[in-house]
Amino acid sequence: MKLKQLEGLLGDLQQFSNPKAENSFGDVSNKVVADLGCGCGTLGAAAALLGAEQVIGIDIDSHSLEIASLNAEDLELDINFIQSDIKNLGWRGQIVDTVVMNPPFGTQKKGADMDFLFVALKIASQAVYSLHKTSTRDHIKRVALRAFNASSAEVLCELRFDVPQLYKFHKKKEVDIAVDLWRFVPKDNQGKERKDI
Amino acid sequence: MRLLTHNMLSSNIKGVANGFPLRIEVEKVVEKQVELSADFLRNLFPKIEWKALVDAARTMGYAELAEEVDSSMLDSNEFLNKFHHALLELHLEEGALVCPETGRRFPVNKGIPNMLLHEDEV
Repeated sequence: MKLKQLEGLLGDLQQFSNPKAENSFGDVSNKVVADLGCGCGTLGAAAALLGAEQVIGIDIDSHSLEIASLNAEDLELDINFIQSDIKNLGWRGQIVDTVVMNPPFGTQKKGADMDFLFVALKIASQAVYSLHKTSTRDHIKRVALRAFNASSAEVLCELRFDVPQLYKFHKKKEVDIAVDLWRFVPKDNQGKERKDI
Repeated sequence: MRLLTHNMLSSNIKGVANGFPLRIEVEKVVEKQVELSADFLRNLFPKIEWKALVDAARTMGYAELAEEVDSSMLDSNEFLNKFHHALLELHLEEGALVCPETGRRFPVNKGIPNMLLHEDEV
């Protein structure tokens, strides 16, 4: 699959993710990938298009999951879905290789993205890709390394997000915020560090 | 819901010490063929809780998995075919997952398990 085609299939992908980086680490192709807080399923669909063997999308909202199922069907992708609150997710084992996620930034509920990161680093055996506000960069790194069992935490690139006014608690019409794309490696798996070094 | 998913999910109700494996209540099972990848199955095998898979497959009407297994069996095509079928081709389309300690039912509709907890279960 050409990256141009992928962008065409998933209009918003470029701002969410960086397929080139994901490919170069070998974290997606032939792997089990989980998308935490998958919403309408964009990141999970991207993982499936990039050759993930199994993709699991998890979200709290049944309406989002319905749309995500339809999106997967439209793209002829085979994706597994689970309805659950990420912070109460009951999980066993290390079957998931890689987590990809675009968590709530915690603007409304402080630390919501950290709940997601905590769970992601618990269930992934190989890598976690996640988006967080650039303004929280130092905090994210410190917590990931000291408290959340990450052996490495690396910002791959900085993006700009246009956040349209979607919810009542969004006070301004549209806000442009700086966001980091991170790659975390869980501690138990240092043998699987990036391949390109 | 594939049995791969079943092998990862556990009941997370407050006070439950061991929420795995969830018991399966079957209303409707569907089978969807997918391509077999031997390498993928070999990598996955050590991470699978085997007894949970055998019991789940049996509940879903597939009793071909051996109870006792070891990694040498991953060289056998016959074994890989059965493992593949049980793990990735059987889907619980309608039914429920049941907490082994409390009996609380988590419904499965259109293949999606609903693991949401009530307020007093968190």
